[in-house]
Amino acid sequence: MIKRLISIIIVLVLGSAVVFFVFKSEPKLNSNFETQSYFFKNFPFRLGLDLSGGSHLIYKADVSGVEKGEISASMDALRDVIERRVNLFGVSEPIVQVQNAGFVSGGEDKLIVDLPGVTDVEKATVMIGQTPLLEFKTEAPADTPRNATVDKDGKITLDIQSQFVSTGLTGRYLKRAALEFDQTTREPRVSLQFDDTGTKLFAQITKDNVGKMVAIYLDGAPISTPVVREEIPNGQAVISGSFTPTEGKQLVGRLNSGALPVPITLLSRQTIGAVLGSNAVSAGVKSAIIGFLVIALFLILWYRLPGVIAVLALCIYIAIMLALFKLLPVTLTAAGIAGFIISIGIAVDANILIFERLKEELHLGHTVAEAVSAGFSRAWSSIRDSNISSIISAIILFWFGTSLIKGFALTLGMGVLVSMFSAIMISRVFLSGLVLIGENKTARFLFSSGLSK
Amino acid sequence: MFIVKNKKIFISISATLVILSIVSLFVFGLNIGIDFRGGALTEIVYTDSRPAQADLDLALKNLGIGSVLIQPTGSTDSHGRPEQGRETTGDLGYIVKSPDLNEEQHSLLLKTLSQDGKSMLEEKSFNSIGPSVGRELTRKAVIAIVLVSLGIVLFIAFAFRRVSYPVSSWKYGLMAIVSLLHDVIIPIGLFAVLGHFYGAEADTLFVVAALTILGLSVSDTIVIFDRIRENLKNKIGNSFGETVGKSLDQSYMRSIFTSFTVIIVLLSLFFFGPESTKYFALMLTAGMFFGTYSSIFLASPLLVLIEQWQRKK
Repeated sequence: MIKRLISIIIVLVLGSAVVFFVFKSEPKLNSNFETQSYFFKNFPFRLGLDLSGGSHLIYKADVSGVEKGEISASMDALRDVIERRVNLFGVSEPIVQVQNAGFVSGGEDKLIVDLPGVTDVEKATVMIGQTPLLEFKTEAPADTPRNATVDKDGKITLDIQSQFVSTGLTGRYLKRAALEFDQTTREPRVSLQFDDTGTKLFAQITKDNVGKMVAIYLDGAPISTPVVREEIPNGQAVISGSFTPTEGKQLVGRLNSGALPVPITLLSRQTIGAVLGSNAVSAGVKSAIIGFLVIALFLILWYRLPGVIAVLALCIYIAIMLALFKLLPVTLTAAGIAGFIISIGIAVDANILIFERLKEELHLGHTVAEAVSAGFSRAWSSIRDSNISSIISAIILFWFGTSLIKGFALTLGMGVLVSMFSAIMISRVFLSGLVLIGENKTARFLFSSGLSK
Repeated sequence: MFIVKNKKIFISISATLVILSIVSLFVFGLNIGIDFRGGALTEIVYTDSRPAQADLDLALKNLGIGSVLIQPTGSTDSHGRPEQGRETTGDLGYIVKSPDLNEEQHSLLLKTLSQDGKSMLEEKSFNSIGPSVGRELTRKAVIAIVLVSLGIVLFIAFAFRRVSYPVSSWKYGLMAIVSLLHDVIIPIGLFAVLGHFYGAEADTLFVVAALTILGLSVSDTIVIFDRIRENLKNKIGNSFGETVGKSLDQSYMRSIFTSFTVIIVLLSLFFFGPESTKYFALMLTAGMFFGTYSSIFLASPLLVLIEQWQRKK
């Protein structure tokens, strides 16, 4: 008996903890959100493009000029180029994905770019399509005035840009870059090979700047500033520095991606205004709340005491789902919210199956305690079987889906799984605890349902 | 027992509805959305006043970007009633349907719509889908439909592997599939009607709705078959028909209630939820409703009918 009470308390405490977490980490619910610790601020709901507003672009990559074995490598390079370009806009959490050609996706290699919050796609697409700029710059003469800024705290920031001057040597003259390792020190280094014009330019630059820095600029920002050791006449340069093999590899990728590795064309784009998105969010929340209230009312009126418990279990279920959305995180779309709302309706199914069974056992003349235990064990096979089919659909939908549909499949599938847990575990703990009320007319009334007395 | 006794009536109702749905599907056809066929959808709203549709029609015709269809977004909803409490494009907006547009054509379109800058407008959403993306999605949808159907058929066969007397287990599976088809065909027929009269478009969500109905509606049928399975084991009832009738009497309430709760949330989603999932919610509601109907009034009565035929042979 004490064991049962303890289980109830544990479930209640854990449940409240989850509710507390959801509440605390949501700015709209928590008026002191600004003063919360980093932990709570770090888990917002992640909204998909159709809710946050933004753009969804699909590019087709023309890989006809690339050898078969190289396609996936050049697609990855393409993704890196675009990702870097997109990051330049200062977009928060852009997503750039490669979709390889295959039986399912058709015979085209595609690049999918999600830009949350960007509705001026005209500008974005122009920038994405542009060839990135790789430049080599040399140190400015020592007497050049340097730009420095003083911020309001009196801190002086030296503008590094003014230290270097352009040389005319750009990525146009780069043939390729490769990662190699120093034969004696085993340090990773990046080797560059210029084409004919580049070789001549580079020889001149290195001759004039021995002992000085040559800065390598990508899109107007220095990515590396090696020091020239000697004149290099053969168009081969080596950037050695204190970088790890991974960093070196990245640098090679960047240098080789001076231009888009394969030509791309825009196949389709979707732009959703932020207002439309936030309306969809509030409509979704509203319909979830109304749906929940009607179900709660029905459960309590029809199933009485077990109904109250089912509502409690449903609340914990909702809190667990919301917490999972924040923690995993799950990107919520309009379809995803719909999936979640539907899962609220499905989540009580298991409870209904159990309660109907419970009622039946009571009619057969069993005691309340016996009926509760039989209700759970007998209803299990139908709960399990009836949920499996929903899970099958969810899994296949997840695989089938574009990003918006994946959200639906994910929330629905998660919902079915979590609800099996909440209906079986949570309701069971509460109900078997309440059996302790005893065996009398009131108890029988409370555990009955429908119109019976 | 009422249901089993009057099974022929209920089965005929279902058959009629299915036939009507198929007829409406052929007569009206589905209003295939741009997700699948490619094309562009632009939603704009004017800041001050909306130019006359005829003026824009004329200007757009001369653009040379193919057939452009322009619809005012009204202050009325699909039933002609005034919309209330919802942020819409009101009296000031248009929805423009066109073939898929590249950047140049898109700017041109916006420029034309703004009458070269005379009428200020804001673009609420723009959606342009190339035909190849549409083809890909169609292919994926077909594969998904085949896989979901296959997965569920296999699952049903597995779930009923032990029930074999007096009707063999594959027949339970077959009946579940018949009722599943019933549950999917009727909402699709309904959607064809909606598409014809209210312009509902069959988009990705339409396919998702159909696939979700497959997953959800079979669960009802399983709840009742599960009961028949249990009662057969415990030898309740003198004949198969009686066993099925008793099982139905015992379990139809819970079958209705489990669907009822889902229908509650779906209706809430339809009435209060986001615009983009309205038809989705409506179609699922229909699916859940007919799913419940079929598991009580179609699947089990059909089982009894089959058993009777078997005995006559």
